[in-house]
This record gives sequence, structure tokens and C-alpha cells, in this order.
Amino acid sequence: MLQLVTFSTLNGILYGMLLFMMASGLTLIFSMMGVLNFAHASFYMIGAYFGFEISRRIGFWPGFFVAPVLVGAIGALVERYGLRRCHRFGHVAELLFTFGLAFVIEELVSMIWGRLPADYRVPPSLDFVAFRLFDTTYPAYRLFMLVTAVAMFVFLIVVLKRTRVGLIIQAALSHPNMVAMLGHDVPLIFMMVFGAGAGLAGLAGVIAGPALVTQPSMAALLGPILFVVIVVGGLGSLGGAFVASLLIGLIQTFAVAINISLADVIGPSAAGLFGELGRAPLAQIAPVLPYLLLVLVLIFKPTGLFGNRET
Amino acid sequence: MSEALRIFLVFAALAAVLVGAPLMFSSGVALTMMSLMGVMIILALSYNMLLGQTGLLSFGHAVYYGLAGFCAAHAMNIVAAHKFPVVLPAIPLVGAAAGLFFGVVFGAVSTRRAGTVFAMISLGLGELVVAFALVLRSFFGGEEGIATNRTKLAPFFGYKFGPQIQVYYLIAFWCFVCIALMYALTRTPFGRLCNAVRDNPQRVEFIGFSAQRVRFQAFVLSAIFAGIAGALAAINFELMNSQAIGADTSGLVLLMTFVGGTGHFFGPIIGAVLITFMQISLSDVTNAWMLYFGLLFILVVMFFPGGIAGWLALHGPLLRRGRIFTLIPAYALALVPLAGLVLGGILLIELAHRMLVEAQSDGTVLSVFHVTMDGASLVPWLVALVLFLGGGLGLRAAWPKVSEAFARASGKQSETVAP
Repeated sequence: MLQLVTFSTLNGILYGMLLFMMASGLTLIFSMMGVLNFAHASFYMIGAYFGFEISRRIGFWPGFFVAPVLVGAIGALVERYGLRRCHRFGHVAELLFTFGLAFVIEELVSMIWGRLPADYRVPPSLDFVAFRLFDTTYPAYRLFMLVTAVAMFVFLIVVLKRTRVGLIIQAALSHPNMVAMLGHDVPLIFMMVFGAGAGLAGLAGVIAGPALVTQPSMAALLGPILFVVIVVGGLGSLGGAFVASLLIGLIQTFAVAINISLADVIGPSAAGLFGELGRAPLAQIAPVLPYLLLVLVLIFKPTGLFGNRET
Repeated sequence: MSEALRIFLVFAALAAVLVGAPLMFSSGVALTMMSLMGVMIILALSYNMLLGQTGLLSFGHAVYYGLAGFCAAHAMNIVAAHKFPVVLPAIPLVGAAAGLFFGVVFGAVSTRRAGTVFAMISLGLGELVVAFALVLRSFFGGEEGIATNRTKLAPFFGYKFGPQIQVYYLIAFWCFVCIALMYALTRTPFGRLCNAVRDNPQRVEFIGFSAQRVRFQAFVLSAIFAGIAGALAAINFELMNSQAIGADTSGLVLLMTFVGGTGHFFGPIIGAVLITFMQISLSDVTNAWMLYFGLLFILVVMFFPGGIAGWLALHGPLLRRGRIFTLIPAYALALVPLAGLVLGGILLIELAHRMLVEAQSDGTVLSVFHVTMDGASLVPWLVALVLFLGGGLGLRAAWPKVSEAFARASGKQSETVAP
């Protein structure tokens, strides 16, 4: 039991940190431009495939550094030549643009790399056992992912809270017109933030690719979960996104690991009350839980856990 | 011509088209396609009640379509098993009831907010229902779905609805009824109130209405019509599976409605007919049709946010003033590079698709528009690139002329009409 709890906690935190790497960019982009970027998970997927392609040709480490930059550049281009054009038609047009973009990216990726999962493996330099606990081994690569995610988190906080760039970004979040008056190029800031957000998602893809499955449907599988994270955390709130990422990560991991059903908890009457749902083990219901959480949060606390705006 | 007469004539023409279409296109494929078009017209129009008329962008509209479809399939099975005296044409009412029920339940949750939050809740609810569909096997039938048999119900004046043509007329009947009802709804004070909620919710509150309530009512009504479409789909396919409630269907409805045009009542009809036609005929011609759909959607969002109907409506005043012909030279001029751009784009996609996806299994030779070429040689790539880039540059050069001609025709000095 202790073993299960320890490893599920570790994996849950890891998954949560991965989610946060994407959710942070998404929530920043949202609070800045009011655009809910449907294609955000697609940047994560592009990152994974770029990482795969570069590691296949050159090596994992070049991919680790180059792929996120490439993805960030693509993101910046998308903002400059796609989103900015749609901006004058309103938020709905922007949302629809990213929606269509996610669709096109998925098709392009499956055209270039095929619909089957890519053979993106853990690099040999990280392919060893980090530690052994209760007779279960923990791979070093997972530890590496955790370290990367935490490092990125610290980096993001430092940039946003301690530097001049962060100051301008924060100001542009709340008072874009005033920032523009002061002589800053707000559209350029938007483009940079969009690119940086896409790059972070790309980095998440590069490190998650070998551990999870790199396939064209990975964006569509993850995208809705990201929305859950940023809504539950509170739209535009970085701290909220962090807590919600960990929460969802832990919920998902524990739900898969625990094999009990409602019938086990409240007795056989559950089957009568909930029908099939009462008999289904928690692991089977796991995919439902994030969305259930979303709906509950929206009903009882529409601002999210830490948000302060209802939009 | 008075407006009432004009509306009457339009609906008479619609009825004539619905009745006469199978006489013109009587092949099996055409009948199947037209049946599906009828279903999709209802679905797209019901979606536009939200997006176009009330300004609610939903990413989970398929939920009401799919759930009602499952309810209708179960209802048909129950009716057939117990030999209840219920005829097939009444089954869409079951779908409507299911749409009403789920619309009330989910609408109460989701219409509390408008805008982006509504969009996200609809997405979350959609995912929630899809996730439940995999758990609740007895209702959703797991991977296989729920099969049903429409001929097992009590005959309706001797018709058992075995042949597709009878199903077509059943769908056409409901399609006409739904179009008429939904159109009538836009003409009521409630329909106007929906538009007001879309344009300025604050002022709606000021004049004493609850915007949330209007959103909720519009949502429920939309779900009812989506439910009718779902029941008709169950009748048409005799099978419902969890794909019908999923994000793919929701995305398809959005595509149809938006490409057709959300600003005009008849826009989604154009979209539903066009996209269904493309879906069925394109998937025979090319394997990259999903990519074309995505690109089409992005292009419409970026350049023609009014959709096809919006673009056509721009020409309405010119047509009435009889000055539309002055546009022809400019349009003809723009058409040449546009054709080059489109053709080059198609060639590039097809060549890339052949080389990347199918080269290993089927070889590198492909044929596009009955022209055979070898994707491994350089010539077709060069031709495609020249067409694509030349078309793009040509279009950029020709565009000012088009907008100038448009401005002249509409009697304005100079105003860019489209980007």
C-alpha cells in the first residue's frame, strides 16, 4: 500500500508538472489576449515529433534544446500571420482559427510521420534505474522529466516576478493600452508570449514523448484536459494552474491505480443506485473524473479555485 | 412583392426541391447522400440557433444529437420488441423529447455564462459524456454501438421504410418541418431577443430580460432540434455508436455552420449540403480529405468570416440594382490566379500525401484530376510550386482591382470590402 501511494504520488506529481508546462503557457496566452488556444496541445505534439526526428538523426540532447525553440518559432509565426489577422473579427474567430489549426496540425503530423505511434525512445544516457524503493525501480528518465519541469517552473516564476521583461508582460496582461502608451510594442509582446507558450508546450512534448506515446492523437487526447486544468485553476491564474495541474495529475494517477468501485465503498446498494456506474472499478471511471471536476467547479465556483475573473 | 408572399414562395420552392430531388438524382449513392444532408441540415440549423443567433459557441453540440440518437434507437428497439402501435415517423418526437431533457439538464449548467466560458463548459460536457459512453455499456453499446431495425415498427399507411427512398421522404418531411419551425422562431420576439443577447447582453438586462434565461431557452430549443436530427440519424443508419456524440461530430457541425455562414438563416443549409457532399465524394477521391476540411475551415475563418452566405449576401444589393455584371471582369481576372493557387495547393498536398503515406505500399505514381504523374520525379513538384506561388502572387496583385470594382459597383468611393 505504501509503495502504491509513494509511486502514485511521484507519478502524479510528474504528470501534473507536465500538465503545468502546457497549462502555464495556455493560461498566460488566455489572460493576455483573451484567446483560448485550442492548438496549444498541438504544439506539445509538434514538440514531441520534432524531438523524435532530431533524436533519430542527431541525438536526444540537440533535440532537447532545438525542438522547443523551433516550436516556439512556429507558434510566433502562427500568432503573427494567423491569429493577428483573425483578431479584428473578434474572439470567436480567433478561437475558431486555433480550432481549425489543431485539426490541420493533426492531419499534417499524421501525414508526415504516419498514424502509428512513433518509436521515440528514452536516450541511452538516461536509460537507467534511478533508485529502488520497496522492490520497485524508478527510471531515471522520469526523474529527469521531473527536474526539467521543476526547473522550468522556477525559471518562469523568476522571469515573471523578478525581471523587467516579466514586469512588462504582467502589465500588458492587465493594462495593454497603458503599456502601449509607454512605448512598448504590445503586439510584439503578444507574439513573444505566444511563441514562448508554444515553446514551453514543445519542451513538454520533447520530454514527454519517450515516456508517454508519441502519436497523432496525443494532442486531441490531452487538449481537453488542459482546458480543465486552466478552468479549475481559474482562468489567467498561474498559481491556480499550478495547483490544478498537480490536482488533476494526482487524481488521474491514483484513480488508475486504485481498483475499487462504488459498490465496494457503499455496499451492494450502489449497483441499484448507480447501475453500471456502481459496479465499474474506479480505474474505468478515471477518464471521467477531470471533466466531472470541471463541471462541479463551474457550478459551485465559476471563477475556478484561484481565479478572480468570471469572464 | 410583399414579404409574406416572398417567404411563402421560398418555402414552396424548398418543398419542391425536397420532393423533386430524388427524381433528379435517383441513384442509391445520391439517395444516401441526400438523406444524410437532410439530417445535417437540421443539425446545422439547430447549431446556428446557438452560434449565429444567440452568439453561443458550443464545442459539444453532438452530445444532444448523439444522446437523442441513442434514445431513439432504444425506443425503436423497445417499440419493436413489445409491438407497441408506434409508427416510425413519430420516432423523431422521441429524439426531440430526449433533446429537451438533456438540453434542460446540461443547459442549466452551461448557459450560466456566455462567451469563452460557455465554449469551455460545452467542451467539458462533451468530453464528460464521451467518457461516460465508454463506461455505460448497456446504454451506449460499447464499441459496436446500438443497432436497430426501422422496418420492425408498425407500418405507416402500408409503408415499412425498408427502401432508402422512403427514408429519404421521411427525413425530407421532418427537415421541412424543422426548417419552417426554426425560421418561424427567428421571426418571433424571442428570436429577436436572442439576437439582442448576442449583440448586447447588458442592454437586454436593462430592458428587463434575463440574458441567462434567454440563453437557456435558446439552448434547450436548439437541443430539441438537434435531438430530432439525432433520431433521424438513428433511423437512417439503423446504428448509433459513440462516435456520434464525440468531438468529431461536434467539429463537423461547427465546420458546416461556419463555412455556410452564421449570419444568415439559410447559411447553415448551404454549409450542410456542401460539406456533406464534399465528405462523401472527397473521401472517394483523396485520402487527405480531412486536411482539406481543416484548411477550408481556416481559410473561411481568416478571409470570409461571414461564410458562403455572407459572401453571397454582399452581392444582394448589387443584384437588385442590376449592377452585378460590372463585377464580372474583375472576378474573371481574380479567378485565374485563384484557380492556380487552389490547383497548386491540391497538387502539393496530393504529391506530399502520396510520397509520405502511400509510397511504400502503392508506389509513387498518382493521378490528380485524371493526370498521371510520378511523385518521385521533380517535374510535378515544380509545376505545383509554380502554380501555387504564382497563383498566390497573382491573387495579391488582382485583389485591389476586385475591391475597387466592388466599391465602384456598390457606388461607394473606396472601401475595402474583403481583406
